[in-house]
Amino acid sequence: MNWFVRFLTSSIGKKLIMSLTGLFLCLFLVVHLAGNLQLLLDDGGEAFNIYAYMMTHNPLIKAVSYGTYFFIILHAIQGIILAIQNRKARSSRYAVTVTRTTGTNSFAARQMALLGSLILVFLGIHMGDFWWKMKSGQTSMVKYDSFELEVQNLYEKVEASFAVEWIVIFYVIAMIGLSFHLLHGFQSAFQTLGLNHKKYTPFIKALGKGFAIIIPALFALIPLYYMFVK
Amino acid sequence: MKLNLKVWRQKGAATGGKFETYTVEANEHMSFLEMLDVLNEQLIAEQKEPVSFEHDCREGICGTCSMVINGHPHGPMKGTTTCQLHMRHFNDGETITIEPFRSNSFPVIKDLVVDRSSFDRIIQSGGYISVNTGQAQDGNAIPIEKDLASEAFDAATCIGCGACVAACPNASAMLFTSAKISHLNMMPQGEVEASQRVLNMVNQMDVEGFGACSNVTACEAECPKEISVKNIARVNREYFAASLASEKTSSK
Amino acid sequence: MKLDGKVPAGGLSEKWTQYRGTMNLVAPNNKRRIEVIVVGSGLAGASAAATLGELGYNVKCFTFHDSPRRAHSIAAQGGINAAKNYQNDGDSVYRLFYDTIKGGDYRSREANVHRLAEVSRNIIDQAVAQGVPFAREYGGLLANRSFGGVQVSRTFYARGQTGQQLLIGAYQSLSRQISMGNVTMYNRHEMLDVVKVDGKARGIITRNLVTGEIERHAAHAVVLGTGGYGNVFYLSTNAMNSNVTAAWRATKRGALMANPCFTQIHPTCIPVSGEYQSKLTLMSESLRNDGRVWVPAKKEDVMAIREGRLKPTDIAEEDRDYYLERRYPAFGNLVPRDVASRAAKVACDEGHGVNATGLAVYLDFASAIMRYGKSEAHSKGMVSPSDAEILELGEKVVEAKYGNLFEMYAKITGENPYKTPMMIFPAVHYTMGGLWVDYNLETNIPGLFAVGEANFSDHGANRLGASALMQGLADGYFVLPYTIGQFLSGEIRTPKIDDQLPEFEAAEKAVKERLAQFMNIKGKQSVESFHRRLGKIMWEYCGMSRSEEGLTKARKMIQDLRAEFYSDVFVPGDLNEYNPELEKAARVADFLELGELMIVDALDRNESCGGHFREEYRTPEGEAMRNDKDYTYVSAWEWTDVTKDPVLHKEELKFDNVELKTRSYK
Repeated sequence: MNWFVRFLTSSIGKKLIMSLTGLFLCLFLVVHLAGNLQLLLDDGGEAFNIYAYMMTHNPLIKAVSYGTYFFIILHAIQGIILAIQNRKARSSRYAVTVTRTTGTNSFAARQMALLGSLILVFLGIHMGDFWWKMKSGQTSMVKYDSFELEVQNLYEKVEASFAVEWIVIFYVIAMIGLSFHLLHGFQSAFQTLGLNHKKYTPFIKALGKGFAIIIPALFALIPLYYMFVK
Repeated sequence: MKLNLKVWRQKGAATGGKFETYTVEANEHMSFLEMLDVLNEQLIAEQKEPVSFEHDCREGICGTCSMVINGHPHGPMKGTTTCQLHMRHFNDGETITIEPFRSNSFPVIKDLVVDRSSFDRIIQSGGYISVNTGQAQDGNAIPIEKDLASEAFDAATCIGCGACVAACPNASAMLFTSAKISHLNMMPQGEVEASQRVLNMVNQMDVEGFGACSNVTACEAECPKEISVKNIARVNREYFAASLASEKTSSK
Repeated sequence: MKLDGKVPAGGLSEKWTQYRGTMNLVAPNNKRRIEVIVVGSGLAGASAAATLGELGYNVKCFTFHDSPRRAHSIAAQGGINAAKNYQNDGDSVYRLFYDTIKGGDYRSREANVHRLAEVSRNIIDQAVAQGVPFAREYGGLLANRSFGGVQVSRTFYARGQTGQQLLIGAYQSLSRQISMGNVTMYNRHEMLDVVKVDGKARGIITRNLVTGEIERHAAHAVVLGTGGYGNVFYLSTNAMNSNVTAAWRATKRGALMANPCFTQIHPTCIPVSGEYQSKLTLMSESLRNDGRVWVPAKKEDVMAIREGRLKPTDIAEEDRDYYLERRYPAFGNLVPRDVASRAAKVACDEGHGVNATGLAVYLDFASAIMRYGKSEAHSKGMVSPSDAEILELGEKVVEAKYGNLFEMYAKITGENPYKTPMMIFPAVHYTMGGLWVDYNLETNIPGLFAVGEANFSDHGANRLGASALMQGLADGYFVLPYTIGQFLSGEIRTPKIDDQLPEFEAAEKAVKERLAQFMNIKGKQSVESFHRRLGKIMWEYCGMSRSEEGLTKARKMIQDLRAEFYSDVFVPGDLNEYNPELEKAARVADFLELGELMIVDALDRNESCGGHFREEYRTPEGEAMRNDKDYTYVSAWEWTDVTKDPVLHKEELKFDNVELKTRSYK
């Protein structure tokens, strides 16, 4: 077998892919959130719509976005393969299961695949609701003084979706799922990369906890704001 | 104290198993295995077949005893093997569920006895330093920093019991494998073969069919010698370096 | 039978070097054709199998464990001796030799012991090269500590897990040979007979413990590294499965069992807590470096402690009897094991035992904690630290030194040894006796070798602490791989041994019949219950002190017990399956014979020496009284037919280099 294939298909290689794609997706979450937070501005969606235009028309960002799609798919497929293989390593199950862990959330650590699947389902709905509608031109156009071109009014779509109760509830549930996924995933990614250091690991763990709580909370804040405040 | 035991009984590797329930009169100073001895004496007195379980030194060092007690490999006490677990940590009237270590790489031989020879094969793939008898230089020829020696020692305290595999939701053997690789690769004597060792041992671990590590850390939490998952991180980075930076590939 | 120790000529310190240089060799091309069986994978067995594999022999190694890493060598705690003199405290090969001879009460062979002391240095080098993580000083060099019975620091250690680390080192070397195809490993195989062809050992019969299959394995020579027989006492510090079967089966085929009555009772074990007890746990002898042994001097205090009205910490300093320091001021708490054990027995016999059964003494760290605390406070520059601060610092130092032992004690007893003294009592730990071997480690059966605790060779009547690991590894790494060449060089023309020979067939048949016999008794009592009863007899009459009257009585009791075993034991399960009860039955049956031989040996030896203390032979102060005039010999017993009396063969011991003195630690 080719050494590189062998490396990537080894148990550690597979985890490396999970780790690197996962960390990239963490970065993506930050960028995505930065855009979403503009929904909280009281400007009738101007900033958000212009931002959305920039994100879909800048060639560099476009290229990165294809990378993001690829990494999401890779992270999901690899995760599913690992989950199936790991399950196969123990075909006879325990009658009593308790998971004691050291320094990670045991529920999250155990249920990464389940949480990941939840996020995947959410992504499907999310993409259908916003991304697909935008791509297929099912949105109206709007012109702002501050920007020379006419842009798609994605804000309108957001407002409409966040008025639907089940979408908001599901959105919030998915963000709780994401929070748990990150709670284990963030620091786990560093451990997989081989970064476990007496001096730095406590910092990574604290950062991971903060990240896992703050980012999904801010994401979830937006639909809640639209439903209950606005 | 009176205890209800739910014990996994399985005739052999090929047959399925099921739980049987027994009642046993124990005393709080007994070790868990002595409590099982009492159960077995009781079964023998009834001309029934005793429960097979493995044990040897009963001092917590040989790594022979195994079994999962109420969901914990080696029972609920931290840093303790089954043989060092005492009944004073259980309550009168309690029901205790006893199962074998479950992993496809540890097939059941009988009742609570499993075959852990996959661990031997991992060691055989590279868990040694290639030095023949008589080739050694003076013991003090290479000074080794005290803290480094101590950290290598921490990894070397592994007793090869398999609790890490039993505890891991993925039945991964990363803690066992990484403890041995760390012990040897950290010391100057073992550094010579470090790259080849990590490649070969990780490869063998995968061949044996253990699951992949997902950093759950249940292994460290249940390890009777409390071996750190830091060893896993070390092996991860050594594996990357050996795979990508060195010109070596697994020779097995 | 004339016993020839085959000790080579020449001066004591040149014998081994000269012999090694002139020994017959087997050429590499012949080694490839020659097969060697090694039974046992402890320190001696694993190191022998690995080294023979490295040399190019075809090795088959057998263990009844699921992995060679489980052997009971793993449980040795304290350390391994070597005459390195790294501490510059006057140690030398001669001093280690002398200490071992003296510690063994002048009942071992000079030449063997000197060779042991010589190769002790190579063992440390070898182990370090294998990656054994010995304790080190800040400068990165190897650390040493002192041990009972000696006045130099020559013990190398790896926390309280020296045996584990050395065994794993040997196991790794063995694993390397297995991966290279030089050694074939047979896990979960128990040896049940030795096969002799034309008077030479040519193979073994084993039982596959998973399938129950009886198998034949042939080879040019057989090496037994199967450990000691301490479990004849039922309660001992040995592992539950340690047994005498391999050595005893060899005895039944004509090998001689030497000095079987020399058993070591270790002074620092956790006392028995009840009838259900399955084994005893050792607390490393290294604890006596810092622990002080005492009992209350006043009987009323003893009673108050037993009834729980007083705690040991309530007893005033002047009301404590630090009996080792009082009786043996020169060595104090560091007297050899046999002396310390007997002193504990005396204290308890006089009614000073401190637990409910009256069979325990204290091992107290309070003064060590304060001493270390003070020096730690001083080095930290603390001005007039409080007692509480000193205590805290001192506990930390003690924890760093003995943490894992203290933890183990706390786990077993549920008491905190930092706050209250440990309770300890002697327990059976090691057997100096074993198969008789000559200088080549070859038994009287040509081609049958014994290494490690399985042979009798180096410890005389008492083994010094940290010497068992030394001997096991010396035999396996540095002695047997050379000396076996003396036999194998004569076998280079012998073709592969055929396991279809009638001798193999007969041996296999005998093994099968014997196992079937156990299954067919279908009695009422468990194997365990017989073992327990045998142990009680042995401990009572052939334990720490022995008398002619008691021994005579015990011999009859064992014969009766054996007869009862063969008529009323119940072995559940089947022959052809994983059956631990059947394994145990075969082992206990052998113990039931060995026990009698130990008693016969103890009766024959009308003196007190080392671990063998005969009540009739003691000085007015109660110390052991050796009889060098009549008993400076090795008792090698022939006993192939238990219906007859064992036959004694004597190997006279000659001491050309040391003067036989009364051992005094006063």
